[in-house]
Amino acid sequence: MGLDVLDLTRLQFAVVTIYHYLFVPLSISLSAATAGLQIAWMRTGDDRYRKLTLLVGKLLIVTFAVGVVTGLVQEFQFGLAWSEFARFYGDVFGPTLAVEGMLAFFLEATFLALWYFGWDRLPRGVHLATIVVVAVGTLLSAFIILAANSFMQHPVAYELDPVTGRAHLTSFRELLLNEVNLAAFPHTIAGAVMVGGALLLAVGAWRAWPRRTAPDDEQRHRDAPAFATLGRLGAWMTLAGGALTALTGDHLGKVITRVQPMKMAAAEALYSTTTGAPFSVFAVGRPGGGEPFLSIEIPRLLSVLATGDPNATVAGIDDLQAQYTAAYGPGSYIPMVPVAFWSFRAMIGVGMLAMLFALVYLWRTRRGRTPAPWLVRCAVLVPLLPAAANTFGWLFTETARQPWIAFGLSKVADGISPGLTSGEVLVSLLAFTAVYGILAVVWLRLVRHLASRPLSGPPDPGGSDRTDPADPTGPAADADLALTY
Amino acid sequence: MVTVWYGLVVLCWVLYFVLEGFDFGVGLLSPLLGRDEHERAAAVRTIGPFWDGNEVWLVAAIGVTFAAFPGWYAALLSGLYLPMVAILLLLAGRGVALEFRGKHDDPRWRRRCDAVLAGCSAGVVLLWGAVLTAFVRGLALGADGEVVGGGLRRTVAPLLTPVAGLGALLALGMAVLLGAAFLALRTTGPLRARAGRLTRHVAAGGAVAGIVAAVVVAPAGAAVTAVVALAVAGALTGIAVLARRPAAGREALAFGLTTAVVAAAVVAALTANGSVVLPSTLNPAWSLTMDGAAATDSALRIISVAGLVVLPGVLVYQAWSYRVFRQRVASDRITT
Ligand code: HDD
Ligand code: HEM
Ligand code: HEM
Repeated sequence: MGLDVLDLTRLQFAVVTIYHYLFVPLSISLSAATAGLQIAWMRTGDDRYRKLTLLVGKLLIVTFAVGVVTGLVQEFQFGLAWSEFARFYGDVFGPTLAVEGMLAFFLEATFLALWYFGWDRLPRGVHLATIVVVAVGTLLSAFIILAANSFMQHPVAYELDPVTGRAHLTSFRELLLNEVNLAAFPHTIAGAVMVGGALLLAVGAWRAWPRRTAPDDEQRHRDAPAFATLGRLGAWMTLAGGALTALTGDHLGKVITRVQPMKMAAAEALYSTTTGAPFSVFAVGRPGGGEPFLSIEIPRLLSVLATGDPNATVAGIDDLQAQYTAAYGPGSYIPMVPVAFWSFRAMIGVGMLAMLFALVYLWRTRRGRTPAPWLVRCAVLVPLLPAAANTFGWLFTETARQPWIAFGLSKVADGISPGLTSGEVLVSLLAFTAVYGILAVVWLRLVRHLASRPLSGPPDPGGSDRTDPADPTGPAADADLALTY
Repeated sequence: MVTVWYGLVVLCWVLYFVLEGFDFGVGLLSPLLGRDEHERAAAVRTIGPFWDGNEVWLVAAIGVTFAAFPGWYAALLSGLYLPMVAILLLLAGRGVALEFRGKHDDPRWRRRCDAVLAGCSAGVVLLWGAVLTAFVRGLALGADGEVVGGGLRRTVAPLLTPVAGLGALLALGMAVLLGAAFLALRTTGPLRARAGRLTRHVAAGGAVAGIVAAVVVAPAGAAVTAVVALAVAGALTGIAVLARRPAAGREALAFGLTTAVVAAAVVAALTANGSVVLPSTLNPAWSLTMDGAAATDSALRIISVAGLVVLPGVLVYQAWSYRVFRQRVASDRITT
């Protein structure tokens, strides 16, 4: 199969969306972490929290910037490359995206700037409120956009126009309260908390126990306790997020088994309908289906996962295919089984590994203990794990929805812009990849730079003039550093 | 009802072009008006707290367009595929250059960021100008609402016309004017003086160029456009006069007038074809009308509620943020 327009367009969608989603979870969790740290500082008056608030806030700001510019692309994508999809589901998608922009993005963008530049301009309480508003805004935007995605997984609250075939929205409330959304939202947020937590863990561990410290490096010495706190905060976030992903993921799996049985059957590579179905931890299957020739199974676990009952019957791919052919006409309704199977396991495996690491880290640093150098070295790489888990989760969610663009309603191939040529998509795909690649490198360098500087706190809200040039470590220098100007 | 909806869409686009217009202008002017590192930093700092909030108006505009007129959203974006992709990428470069500029204490790095910021700002403005003219003139829409033809030039061709070029230059002029007027209002010292002088020159030149361009771009017989053009020329003359002396009140008035001019231009572009939102250059029957592109009542009802309840709130808190950061940025501080 060569790369035709459809494949290229799908690839492009996957590339830009996955990229957006590398930054989004960080924005969600870091804004909450910043707000939490600032509250801790205001309640305890502890200077450590004050400095950490600004550091995490800076990390949030550079991340947010990338989230914004890549999010903009998302907003346009449906019209650019998926114009048929936009026409037919515009009534459902349009309001969702419009409400998201008006309700959530304005809040985030305006109040993050108010928070950052407002340290000395706003009263303490108001200043704290601005970052809380940002955190709430990120949750709102996640909830609303996930409602749009949940519609594709499980269309609700719509009516098909008999003449145009267009889907009409019947209730916005029901669209938001889609059972898939209610299950996916907490799972997604828990996944986001893991990523942010792992980043803070990495920064904290790296700076609290640096490998090369000159003995006379006083600044480092002074900052170490604060970074130790940060590392442990991150570890707790990773741990709690991990536990929550497992809990919410279990529930999400049950919902999906009900509304998209084919997806979960593919996730299990379960070809024939089975009662008391086992969960295979590992399997090497034969291409094209049939029983795997090597597998490790946990008896009855799949039935439990899918329905909560060890003796329940779980539908298999072959039966579902027959059922769908009868209902929707001839054609293949089977997604790419190996992708579904492995991405599902990778999501769980990699995520749980991060959680395990957090647990070990917390144990090894208990009551101010110094962890072994290997632990610190590994800690720096830990953020990759939950980020990968998120990506695998989406890869699973979206590829195992195939061939549907909106389940049971329309197929992916019908959604693409009809006039689009493969040359155009190739050009845009290469351009996105190049620009995004550069962006990623610059972002990484910047995070490293921010994380490796000595801690310096912001001024007290309501304090002195921010643009005081006489004090190089004071707020003016900070402002230059953090939001750039 | 549909007309009311079109009004909301136009409102969002106008707010976008006016608000982001001044930060485009500041972006492209900062290396030109800022003589040294410190002045450039001061110029960029004037838009620091605002640019992101401004950019969200684009999200709102495109979102409301999608919600109220999915057919239009689909035709416009897929019909101008490559130019729109270019706009998105330039916006990305710009936003990142803005945010990352001061993160590195290296003059070369900052100069490079300034160059990216200015280049991307200018590029975006030129493209938007060309897109808006293509939009007034129409696209080669086929019966299915998609631009016909194949190959890479398919969606680029509408911008490769002299009229589109003129529109691009016009947009550039307006962004420069907005940026200069904003800088004059928001800075102190030599930067303020230079920005004021630039405002005066551009406004005077624009008073002449504006009329010519409006007449060429407008479809024949549009009396409204003629009136608008006259008003614009008058306003520009007013701006030129106001910018002769640097006084806070005059600067505010000049900036206010500039925004009015830009708003008028955008409204003119978006309403030039009456109830046709996107004309087809091939066959008038294939043109996209408001009714043909509109969403259903239920979708419209949702965004009316959102628009009526949420947008006024947004305007209030954005206005508040402008108040919080109303202090001028000093441009004559010692460089560190
Ligand atoms: C750190 C990230 C992370 C971790 C550790 C997990 N997940 Fe997950 N999972 C996601 C991050 C994620 C995600 C990226 O956020 C997805 C993609 C779509 C969604 O709603 O959440 C997802 C989707 C997703 C779906 C598909 C939803 C759909 O098709 O709409 C299921 C069934 C699960 N997960 C189940 C689990 C289970 C049983 C887990 C572990 C015990 C688990 N996930 C761990
Ligand atoms: C929440 C909003 C989202 C919406 C509305 C959405 C919508 C879509 C659409 C329209 C497509 C193209 C049609 C298709 O190939 O099925 C698609 C594909 C895809 N999306 Fe999503 N998506 C969303 C979120 C995400 C996220 C956050 C990710 C990953 C991080 C993701 C990963 C993918 C992938 C990998 C594909 C390609 C699947 C394939 O073609 O096989 N999506 N999505
Ligand atoms: C494919 C569909 C998606 C679209 C159209 C979209 C659109 C956008 C846009 C336009 C922005 C920039 C907002 C600004 O200018 O401030 C943005 C940022 C954001 N998006 Fe997405 N997005 C998509 C997928 C997702 C998903 C799946 C999530 C979460 C589950 C998400 C959560 C966020 C959050 C929290 C932000 C703000 C933080 C940040 O900028 O990083 N988005 N998105």
